[in-house]
Parts: sequence; structure tokens; C-alpha cells
Amino acid sequence: MKKRIGTMVVLGLAAMSLAACGSSAEETTAAATTAAETKAETEAEAEDTTAAETETEAAAEELSGAVSTDGSTSMESVIGILGESFMQLHPDVSFTYNPTGSGSGITAVQEGRCDIGLSSRALKDEETASGLKGETVALDGIAMIVNNENPIADLSLDQIAKIYTGEITNWSEVGGNDAEIVLIGREAGSGTRDGFESITGTEDACQYRQELTSTGDVITTVSQNPAAIGYASLSSVSDKVKAITVEGVEATEDTVRDGSYKIQRPFVLVTKDGEALSTQAQAFYDYAMSSEVADLIAQAGAVAIH
Amino acid sequence: MNRHKVETIVHGIFLIMGLVTIACVLMITVYLIIAGIPAIKEIGLIDFLFGKEWASTAAEPQFGILPFILTSIYGTAGAMVIGVPVGFMTAVFTAKVAPFRVRTIIEEAVSLLAGIPSVVYGLVGMLILVPGIRKIFDIPDGASLLAAIIVLAIMTLPSIVSVSLTALEAVPKEYEEASLALGATEIETYFKVSVPAAKSGIAAAVVLGVGRAIGEAMAVMMVSGNAPNMPDSIFQSVRFLTTAVASEMSYSSGLQRQALFSIALVLFLFIMMINAALNFLMKHDKEN
Repeated sequence: MKKRIGTMVVLGLAAMSLAACGSSAEETTAAATTAAETKAETEAEAEDTTAAETETEAAAEELSGAVSTDGSTSMESVIGILGESFMQLHPDVSFTYNPTGSGSGITAVQEGRCDIGLSSRALKDEETASGLKGETVALDGIAMIVNNENPIADLSLDQIAKIYTGEITNWSEVGGNDAEIVLIGREAGSGTRDGFESITGTEDACQYRQELTSTGDVITTVSQNPAAIGYASLSSVSDKVKAITVEGVEATEDTVRDGSYKIQRPFVLVTKDGEALSTQAQAFYDYAMSSEVADLIAQAGAVAIH
Repeated sequence: MNRHKVETIVHGIFLIMGLVTIACVLMITVYLIIAGIPAIKEIGLIDFLFGKEWASTAAEPQFGILPFILTSIYGTAGAMVIGVPVGFMTAVFTAKVAPFRVRTIIEEAVSLLAGIPSVVYGLVGMLILVPGIRKIFDIPDGASLLAAIIVLAIMTLPSIVSVSLTALEAVPKEYEEASLALGATEIETYFKVSVPAAKSGIAAAVVLGVGRAIGEAMAVMMVSGNAPNMPDSIFQSVRFLTTAVASEMSYSSGLQRQALFSIALVLFLFIMMINAALNFLMKHDKEN
């Protein structure tokens, strides 16, 4: 009998420690991420000094040194794929990206803490006035998606904003079935959410029914619920859901490029006006703006413009 | 002499292995406390724990986690309301009533249920349970506290069943035989003799289930809707303590990130309390 109780205790403890592991895994990952970031930063600093050395030598034909970028989290996939392929072309160059947000990225360029700032909005007048230059590298289109069974085919920007802020709550108010609208969105901090809310002017006012953590989840959820509406990056929309037209314009690469599709924003590379970049940073800048990266940008889910 | 040396070395290796485990626990605890305290200081303990609004990326951010705390408590309690009776009855049936064959099948099924990854529970919940709830209750969207409760109840079943089962089996045969000899029926014997004799083990099973439910993140994230609402109704879209950390961590920065660590710290304290309760029950059981 004693032995049996012993087994039970062991079982219980094992299960308990398992449960504890389950919960602590997230924290560990989080810790690892922070560690990785710190590491990236220190690496960037280390490379900065190397870069300075290379410049003084100025004899190296093959590019080397560091290219540091800082800014928009929404540009992660685009800048990540560009950085990777650039490093493949120039193995001695170390490319870093610090995801801090458009505002911090712009400040970082101004203060000289990075080579190129990344902004997922056009520069404001006071920012250009302070000596910054922004050039669009790609466009980001956000498609509005509804369930395939939903008869709605078009919404205006104003209607979309009213739907998401809870002013319009029933599909019949915009000419659809009599059903309560179910708002599907992304989690706080997501680039797509940030883009959608800033374009429609619904910052901090959206009455989400569900906040999901990936574009795939948004599409699946919308495909499951006939009364749902969601937003997703243009490139990831599949025929599981229906992409509606906005102000009568269909969301395609072409309409995003010519500006007629409204729910879009630019991805901007920010530099100091009139100040030369380091050789390797300039090479990256030219590479990003060239037409040879169009496929990579499309692969990252954005619309190439060069 | 040589043998003695080997003994010492092996002893040393075991000691180091043991210390690694302890070091992990200590490191996680210390890190969580260090990472979790700053945000609580900045936000204020009362505002943090009892604030009803969470808007971490708003222009004027709000960091109140009362909705998450209540959701975690309600969700876990709800899962227990469904999971405990089912699990307990399954355990009694399996331990005492079921013929050997049926018993083997139940035990296999329970261990299989324990082995299913939580993301699979979440996926099945998302594709079947959520649309099902929407249709059955005729509500706009099925992703809700109720969906999370049902998923959690199923997920806690294995721990409840297997631990109660072991406790019930540990009841000495003589008790039951005495009861039967005194003229009690079999069912009377099971519920008036076996179950009371195994009660602290069964209580431990329940606490273990609570621990499992409160720590689950992936499955509930996929079915609960994840909006930071107060859990006013079971059809409300809600966010748990675990999912609050998991869903925003990837893009978070600054105070938002620190606040997420603080949520993790609160969750950690909950788990510690549950473990303490479990240890107490286990000790109690041993002494008996």
C-alpha cells in the first residue's frame, strides 16, 4: 500500500512539474528573445567600430562592415528578406534590423544611431524640415475580407471605419443580410493592425470581437463565420474568403501601385538628407531600390514599385 | 581505492544534475521577479491588478489586468465544474466497476488524451467547437469563454482521471470487503468507503487539474476570441492571463513588454499557490 501511495506521489509530482514547464516555456522564450535582441545590439555596436576601421582603410573592393536599420515592425518581413539576400551577395557585410517602430526608427536616424531608418508611413513635414529624406521602397496593401457567403461586395472607407468603431453593427445597415457584424482583428502591436487602424483613422477605437495572432488565423476565422469581417495582408488572401472592393476599387497589386486602392501605406527608407551613407549602407540602399528585388518584396507580402 | 574514486565521481555527477534542476527553477523565479517588478512599480499595484481596461498600444496606454485574472479564474472554475464530475466518475467506474477489458480501453484512451498536443485541441476547437457554439446558441460568434471552458475541461480530464484512479486503487481491499460483509451494496461501498478513504488523493487530482487549466495558453488562445473584455457572460470574447502574455509578446516593446512580464509573474504566483496546495494535500495523504 505504501508503495502505491509512493507511485501516486511521484505521478502527481511529475504531472505537476510538467504543468509548470508548460507555463514557464513562454517566459523562457520571451527571455530568449530579449537576450537575442541585446546580442544583436551589441553585435551592431561591435560592427560599427569595424565599419569605421574599414572606411579609414577605404581600399577594400569587396563590401564589408555593418549596415544597421532601425524602425517599423511592419517592415520586418520585407527588410528581413532584403537583408538576407544582401548578405548572401556580400558575405562580409553584417546586416542588422532593430524592430522598434516607425517613430523610434526616424529618431534613430536623426541621432545617427543607425544607417537607415524604416518607417511604415510617409514622413511628416516637420521631419523632412529637420533634414531627413524618405524614399518609398515598397507598398503595403491591406485587403478587407468577408466570408464567401456574405453578399456584400463593396464598402467605403467611411463605412469600414464605422463598422470597426461599432457605429454600424449590422450587415443590413450596409446593404447585407440581417446579421450582427463580427469584427476580427490582430493583436496589439501587430503591423497589419497598426496599418489598418492608422489608414482608417480608428486607432484605439476598434471594438474587436476576436484578436488573433496571425494572418492565417484571421482568414480561417473569417472563412468559418458568415457574419465576420477581417483584414489581412494583400498577398496572403486566398479564395477561402472574399476580398471586397473598397470605394469600388479591387485590391490588387496594380491598384495599390497606382494609389487607387485606399487601404495601403508606404514602406519608407529614411536617411539624413545631404549626408553620405557608408559605402556598404549606400550599396544596400541602392539594392533595395533596384528592380532586381521586386520578386523578393512580393515574396515578403508587399508590393514592389521599382 | 579506485572503486572509491569512481563512487565519488558518480556522486558528484548526480549532485550536479540535481543542482541544474534547482538552478533552472531559481533562475526563472529570479528573472520573473526582476522582469516583472518594474512595470508594476510604474503602473501601480492596485491599478495593475484591479484596472478593468487593457489597451497596451493605445496613445494613452491602460494596463489593467483584472479582466485576465477573472477570466483565468472563471475559466478554470468552469473547466472544473465540467471536468471534475466526469473525471471522478470515470475514475470510480474504472477502478471499481469496469471489467478488465473495458478498464484497459479506458486507461488507453485517457493516456492518449494526455498525449494530444494542446495546439491540436485548439485547432479542433477552432474548426468544430467555435462554429458549433455559434449555431447552437444562435450568437454572432462562437469564440468565447464557454468554448475555452469546454476545451480546458477535456484537457484536464487525463490528470483528474489518472490521479484519482491511483488514489482509489490504493484503498485497502479489506475496507471494501468489511463493508460488503456488513451488508452494504457495491455502490454504497464505493461511495461511502472507497471514495472517503481516497479523498485527499482525489482532491490532489482536482488541484492538479486546476494547475493544468490555469497554465494552458495555446488551446485557449485559439478558441477564446482573445479580446481583453471583462468576462461578464460565458459568450463573451475573453483573454486569459496566459494568452495575454503569449499573444502580445512577439511585437511588444517598452512598458508594454515589461507589463507582460508582470502578468507572467502574477500567473507564476497563482501556479505557486496551486503547487503549495498540492504539496499540502500530498503530505496529508501520506500521513494518513
